[in-house]
Amino acid sequence: MTAATALSTLHLDEPPLAQRARWAVSDTLTITRRNLMVWMRVPAYIAFTVIQPVMFVLMFRYVFGGAIPVQVHGGYVNFLMPGIIGQTAAFATFGTAIALATELRKGVIDRLRSMPMARSAVLAGRLVADTARMLVTILIVIGVGYAVGFRFQNGVAGAIGMVALATVFGLAICCIAAYTGLAIKDEESVQAFGMIWLFPITFLSSAFVPIKTMPGWLQAFANNQPVTYVIDTMRALALGGPIQANLLKSIACIAAILLIFAPLAVRAYKRAS
Amino acid sequence: MAGTDSETAILAEGVTKSFGDVKALRGIDLAVRRGTVLGVLGPNGAGKTTAVRILTTLLRPDGGRARVDGHDVVREAAAVRRSIGLAGQSAAIQEELTGRENLEIIGRLYHLTWPQARARATELLEQFDLVDAADRAAKGFSGGMQRRLDLAASLVGNPAVLFLDEPTTGLDPRSRLSMWDVIRSLVAQGTTLLLTTQYLDEADELADEIVVIDRGLVIAAGSSEELKNRVGGDVLEFTVADQHQVAAALGAIAPLGEGEPHVEADTGRISIGVGSGGSEALVSGVRALDAAGVAARGLTLRRPSLDDVFLALTGHAAEETPEPAGRGRKRGRAPDGKASS
Ligand SMILES: Nc1ncnc2c1ncn2[C@@H]1O[C@H](COP(=O)(O)OP(=O)(O)OP(=O)(O)O)[C@@H](O)[C@H]1O
Ligand SMILES: [Mg+2]
Repeated sequence: MTAATALSTLHLDEPPLAQRARWAVSDTLTITRRNLMVWMRVPAYIAFTVIQPVMFVLMFRYVFGGAIPVQVHGGYVNFLMPGIIGQTAAFATFGTAIALATELRKGVIDRLRSMPMARSAVLAGRLVADTARMLVTILIVIGVGYAVGFRFQNGVAGAIGMVALATVFGLAICCIAAYTGLAIKDEESVQAFGMIWLFPITFLSSAFVPIKTMPGWLQAFANNQPVTYVIDTMRALALGGPIQANLLKSIACIAAILLIFAPLAVRAYKRAS
Repeated sequence: MAGTDSETAILAEGVTKSFGDVKALRGIDLAVRRGTVLGVLGPNGAGKTTAVRILTTLLRPDGGRARVDGHDVVREAAAVRRSIGLAGQSAAIQEELTGRENLEIIGRLYHLTWPQARARATELLEQFDLVDAADRAAKGFSGGMQRRLDLAASLVGNPAVLFLDEPTTGLDPRSRLSMWDVIRSLVAQGTTLLLTTQYLDEADELADEIVVIDRGLVIAAGSSEELKNRVGGDVLEFTVADQHQVAAALGAIAPLGEGEPHVEADTGRISIGVGSGGSEALVSGVRALDAAGVAARGLTLRRPSLDDVFLALTGHAAEETPEPAGRGRKRGRAPDGKASS
């Protein structure tokens, strides 16, 4: 009964702060590990996260690409890839929202909240795991892009910067998704709601087509929304060109999303029932 | 760090909780002595899960106070969490992972080292008869196995006080019996247990003390024996096949009873508490029914069941929900999925 003996320490008084901080980190890593294990056990999850963006690459590259005029060195595939990657990052957050809603329904979150573990760990572990999953997906999509003719034009630093920006952007969207998952609770509604806002903001942006091909009223929206700022910045990082204005707008938008939705998600978690 | 009374593991006083207009708890008092089992018995929507969620720090009460293992559930929630284990109304396990992995991860979250977490998982898998299934994904487990795994998970931290919310709901009779055995063996090891159930026989079987709650209020408390005495001792029961004779039958036996007779409308079964009247009541019953010209079948005198207790206390059977059943069965969530606080 060695394990049981070790457990007797659990019933003592409140542990010191440093100990609690260490537990917050180790609890987050445990939850991260658990979430990644679940992801790797279920082929359907992998399919959803990886195959869908790969299909988008192939479809836009070969089916729609010929009809979309762009002035970009290397042609449409170079224009497309930063857009697809931005969209991939945003869509990866479906998984975040649905997983949290499922855990809520099954009582997993109740169990974890009734345990003496760090309260922050469930959300933090979810975000870390989902960000890792998103990064893997992005790298696979870039690999597929290379196979169909995409080439970074702006050096290694630019390429790394693009991936980093996409990841941070995805993390911000993850916070929104975490909040919606915990607040809406019902998995199908969560998924439907994700469609309702993620499709428009990614498609009505500069992700797939130059905005000036859109009707005027749509341009007004598409030109002034976060996804366009982020994707234009990613494009500049990947292909070269002016960057500063869009980068600042992107950072401002991402910061605003994090500041609003991270606290909302934490509150929804604490109150979850 | 013990509370006012170190012999009391769970204490609730005047606990109230509303969800919007729904008064889920209207002032609940509970006291569970260390090492004993309290059965919280009540029909759908009585407030059982709400009470458990408050005692396990998942929900803040609106009013009243509660202590678990000497700690206040609101002000010392962290300390309460170090003392308790919870198995909720649905099996809270990660279905994609194996039984062993589920338990190991819980162990890690209790801050065991990996070797300790592995050892604890192995111990529990053996104790709960899950060794053969330990390395399969929990998705493929039977309902009974999933419940056992869930129960094992609630025990990883060696809790002093254990909460089980309807541990056998949805299980087939055999799994139910084996769950009872598991629970009995836990109790034999000295765990304090609060168990909710809709099954009267389950409370009778497992609990030292029973509280009956209905619509957010404790309507009776005591040992199963005491509660049975509340019905008024033995129960005289018979069936009247002919609908038209029910009124006559009731008139004939009313003078014999200590309480109100109860009629089950669709079967024509009538039962009435007859106190310690014993076989005399049986004989008088036969005579009275005969004199009234009622054709009664299956006239018997029996010890009261907790069903009778429920009837005597509430005027409706435990399984009949008085309110419209317009809510999700599983986790007591409002049907509109509205966020609660
Ligand atoms: N989160 C919630 N939001 C709104 N109403 C709720 C919530 N949880 C419970 N209720 C309501 O409170 C009342 C008590 O519910 P509770 O789940 O505690 O009952 P219960 O005794 O556990 O029932 P069951 O046997 O069905 O599990 C019910 O009317 C229920 O609809
Ligand atoms: Mg319940």
